[in-house]
Amino acid sequence: MDSKVEPQRQVMRLRGRSYLAFVFSPFMPIVNWLEEIDATHARSPGFFVGRPIVLDLSAVDLSSHGIAHLVSNLESRGIRVLGLEGVEATGLDAGLPPVLSGGRGCAIEQAEPKQVEDQRPPTPSLLLQTPVRSGQRIVFAEGDITVLGSVGSGAEIVAGGSIHVYGTLRGRAMAGINGNAAARIYCQKIEAELVAIDGYYQTAEDIGETLRRRPAQAWLDGEVIRITPLN
Amino acid sequence: MAKVLVVTSGKGGVGKTTSTAAIGAALARDGEKVVVVDFDVGLRNLDLIMGAERRVVFDLVNVAQGVAKLSQALIRDKRLESLWLLPASQTRDKDALTDDGVRDIIADLRTKFDWVICDSPAGIERGATLAMRYADEAIVVTNPEVSSVRDADRIIGMLDSKTVKAEAGEQMKKHVLITRYDTGRAARGEMLSIDDILEILAIPLLGIIPESQDVLKASNVGSPVTLNDAASLPARAYTDAARRLNGETIAMMVPTEQRRRFMDRLLGRRAA
Repeated sequence: MDSKVEPQRQVMRLRGRSYLAFVFSPFMPIVNWLEEIDATHARSPGFFVGRPIVLDLSAVDLSSHGIAHLVSNLESRGIRVLGLEGVEATGLDAGLPPVLSGGRGCAIEQAEPKQVEDQRPPTPSLLLQTPVRSGQRIVFAEGDITVLGSVGSGAEIVAGGSIHVYGTLRGRAMAGINGNAAARIYCQKIEAELVAIDGYYQTAEDIGETLRRRPAQAWLDGEVIRITPLN
Repeated sequence: MAKVLVVTSGKGGVGKTTSTAAIGAALARDGEKVVVVDFDVGLRNLDLIMGAERRVVFDLVNVAQGVAKLSQALIRDKRLESLWLLPASQTRDKDALTDDGVRDIIADLRTKFDWVICDSPAGIERGATLAMRYADEAIVVTNPEVSSVRDADRIIGMLDSKTVKAEAGEQMKKHVLITRYDTGRAARGEMLSIDDILEILAIPLLGIIPESQDVLKASNVGSPVTLNDAASLPARAYTDAARRLNGETIAMMVPTEQRRRFMDRLLGRRAA
């Protein structure tokens, strides 16, 4: 039995796809424009390599020969022209890139190299071995802050976790700034201008006179800051 | 080996210029070669306190900008051979000084003197930061009251972060000098006590200068208080402070005016 297998006829499929191309718009005199291209090239060599380039010739009046000369000039710089825009297709040399139309402008996003992520484990605590002076502001959102000296009047300590001061706390202390209601503030001697935990605060006026100059801790009880002596 | 010392405070009117002149003169009298440099461009005072205001030709800004040579701007004291003044400009402002200009002048002065004492302007802006920028050591002047002490604390923070020495990771030597100290008022709790000040500032004490009419008298005649009346209480306190700077160990005296106390008792007054 004969069987005849008809070769399946391949249907040529036409598919459309859009690409992003850079558009160069040369201006007169061409020599100056080429100098600018060279300057860009010098600043970032390889910037144009492998990128599709379209030449928009609407601002210049070039003959077919002139266009061919410009294209070859660009090619000698490693810039390959994908197509032309802004010229009549008639009367152009067959060897020139095709004339395109219907291009739409769009923003070009610069692909920046992603920063290498820091692989070190996060430090849970910041230790300050010197006094924190008036006007200084120490922010450590990642965890606790420990100060071996005093915190001066007009200084500010801001921590994601708890704050420990082994001297006198005269400035401001703000603990648990990232919503950590369990954070506390401890100090050897409390003369603070302000203590705050998770956004709730008390100023010096609210801190009881009996507590002043004593070792104390501040903690959050619901929505109220409690300050209690440590001894 | 030259030492560059900055006399600073943050707050104005606490006695930086008086202390610069008094300590500079005390060191010079002990045989050291000293230059006192006025950094208060636009509001210069040190020339008046030193009694050299009629001899100023060129100034710090002229030298920094290369208009004059350092030797042309330096003024030798008429009382002490080894005491010199580099005056500030009164007609310019602090922006006339550049970081590089100051660096070059300080480097030049280092080669010529044992002590370069920089009298800082008040504040925490450019003038004050440039005065401290190239210093090896600092005297922080404070009065026994809270605002002055808090400003001093702020300045200490800047000495530990904004100076060349601090940026190189070295520890800058700092001393506190307490001026206008009144024993009677301190005893009645009207002023911060020495202990309170030292606890807040946490740096070593260089000296305690009593509140005294002698300071005003000396500045009125254009003389550092240590030269005007060397036996007066503030002069003795400044002389001791200068010797401590030079490495001597001298017991700290809390100055008291015995005479006035005696008179007060006689007249049945409370110490004023």
